[in-house]
Amino acid sequence: MRPVIKVENVSKLYRLGEIGTGTISHDINRWWAKMRGKEDPFSQIGSENDRSVNDGSDYAWALKDINFEVAQGDVLGIIGRNGAGKSTLLKILSRVTLPTKGGINVKGRVASLLEVGTGFHPELTGKENIFLNGAILGMTKAEIKRKFDEIVDFAGIAKYVDTPVKRYSSGMYVRLAFAVAAHLDSEILIMDEVLAVGDAEFQKKCLGKMGDVSRNEGRTILFVSHNMASVKSLCTQGIVLHNGQYAFEGTTHDAVNFYQQNSNLNQFVNFSLDSEDILGNANIKILEFKVEALTGDYISVSSGVAFECTFYNEKVGINLDVTFELVNSEEVKIFHHAALISKDRDSKRGLYKVKGHLSPYILNAGQYKFNIIFGENQRYVLFKESEVVGFDIANESMGSNTETLPGVLRPNISYEIDFQK
Amino acid sequence: MIEEKKENLDWDFRIEANNDPLNVGFSQVWKYRDLLMLFVKRDIVTVYKQTILGPLWFFIQPILTTITFMFIFGNLAGISTDGVPQILFYLSGITIWNYFNETLIQTSKTFTENAPIFGKVYFPRLVLPLSKVISNLLKFGIQFGLFVITLLVYYFLGKDVYPNIYILLTPLLLLLMGGLGLGFGLISSALTTKYRDLTFLIAFGVQLLMYATPVIYPMSSISDKYQMYIWLNPLTSIVESFKYAYLGSGVLDWFWLSYSCVFTLILLIVGAITFNRIEKSFVDTV
Repeated sequence: MRPVIKVENVSKLYRLGEIGTGTISHDINRWWAKMRGKEDPFSQIGSENDRSVNDGSDYAWALKDINFEVAQGDVLGIIGRNGAGKSTLLKILSRVTLPTKGGINVKGRVASLLEVGTGFHPELTGKENIFLNGAILGMTKAEIKRKFDEIVDFAGIAKYVDTPVKRYSSGMYVRLAFAVAAHLDSEILIMDEVLAVGDAEFQKKCLGKMGDVSRNEGRTILFVSHNMASVKSLCTQGIVLHNGQYAFEGTTHDAVNFYQQNSNLNQFVNFSLDSEDILGNANIKILEFKVEALTGDYISVSSGVAFECTFYNEKVGINLDVTFELVNSEEVKIFHHAALISKDRDSKRGLYKVKGHLSPYILNAGQYKFNIIFGENQRYVLFKESEVVGFDIANESMGSNTETLPGVLRPNISYEIDFQK
Repeated sequence: MIEEKKENLDWDFRIEANNDPLNVGFSQVWKYRDLLMLFVKRDIVTVYKQTILGPLWFFIQPILTTITFMFIFGNLAGISTDGVPQILFYLSGITIWNYFNETLIQTSKTFTENAPIFGKVYFPRLVLPLSKVISNLLKFGIQFGLFVITLLVYYFLGKDVYPNIYILLTPLLLLLMGGLGLGFGLISSALTTKYRDLTFLIAFGVQLLMYATPVIYPMSSISDKYQMYIWLNPLTSIVESFKYAYLGSGVLDWFWLSYSCVFTLILLIVGAITFNRIEKSFVDTV
């Protein structure tokens, strides 16, 4: 298939801090540089968009040198953490804002859905809003007319088409908004996490509609999400952004996998024994700690978690134990569990390897971190380290619900239902 | 190399930073003409939703203003109306002035008021100010109807009003009024996105501008020394021509009318270029 979108060296510079104060002086500076034929003096200082490091610069690259192509009919998922530049990229692709450098070639009509119901006016009726919203999204009046019944039908609001939308329930409002969007006729559809709205039933209907359209009509879809479950169910290809930079491209499967392993969390640590910054002290030196999926390629609710720690022990003749602590992103301790390495005061100097695993369907989707504590005789701490490694558990749909469910656990419960009249 | 060129020709459009500032994109606006008309409809329809008097409000506003002007400028300040019945004199001025005033104020808010939409969807931004020009033209039509009815009543009562052939100039006058409102509006909309301070200046400035235009006073009441300055205001000749055509009082000056035409044209070009420049970076600075 031929490429329909070609992104070339796209970069986007943002000014940090408050805009307003100092803008005149910056404008004058910029103008002066331009007059002398020099480059924009503010576009050089901006560094990589790592928001945890404040390098004092007022400008930052939200995107830096992004290159990729999308072939016709592809459903491309764009994944990355908050602030990775996903939304900026979508905004540029939907022509809401322009890149600072580089360019994008596009073939075909683009419709973007960065939000559902853009331009809905509360005072207008459902019918009037269908026309207005459709036109804002790029449809002509004739096209909307042709699809009108289908839209009303899809949204299930036939009874309310002549009622102002301010009288709608929020569910109806969203369904109507989404129905308009789902009936866009464009060759390329760009979507932000709009699927995160509406009830589960309706979400499924939308996902189905999107999938149908891309399969049957060869429409290209670009989809941004940090919900791995919906990315996996909808997309065929994936790219990963990291701090505004392009990090990976491949099948959805590989991309999700890459994303998990290369997120801000270190899923893996590895040191050589003689290295200077080795994790440890005179008693214990951690050589390796890794977390993997127990089954399958990446960690998800259903894959289970396998973890493995290799360390060098210097303490001879004690009762050595290792305690693994798991903490979630809300700093809740999930468990504190110890492995006895030696019971009869017979610890030896040398390499130990401890493996453990958590069965599938225990932990809910989310981010987790391991703390590790080495102890002597279950009383004295030999060495402890917090947040040695971190990992991400991808969500998996529960029935028609693609959202991450609330709660710490995500057990597989079998129910027995009894009914008596 | 050749192959690469071939491929380049195949794209529908390219998104990049350095676009031609002169490329205002009228073809895009034309493509989105349905949206333009839907915005016009929205502006008109939503004004009187959930009001008791509905579209009557379009009449009430100029009537109340006219009464106020009659009381303050006509009776308290005693400013002459050149022998024209006060109601007609003020109503004519208010009707044409309102068109300019509303167009300017509303187009100047294009970016600040529509930021949520602009931040989410692409469409040629020029569609919005243009829709304001048209919806205000419709509102003008309603108020103009009120004016014409009043005029006819006075005419048949045999009062001092002399509508004449220059009524045929009305389309040109409207075009100029709308053009000036749009031009000033485009420039101020572009400037207010970055420097919000200007919002305050514009509301104030338009009010001042009204006093520099012969809306509430006839040109003849200005001393010769200052006439020149008043004529330099491009709105003056339009308002005067309008009054001359419908009431028979006022001055129809071809030189100053052509001056207004040229002024409007230049203003529109400058406005379109400024607007075009700002619409591209606006989402990041608003």
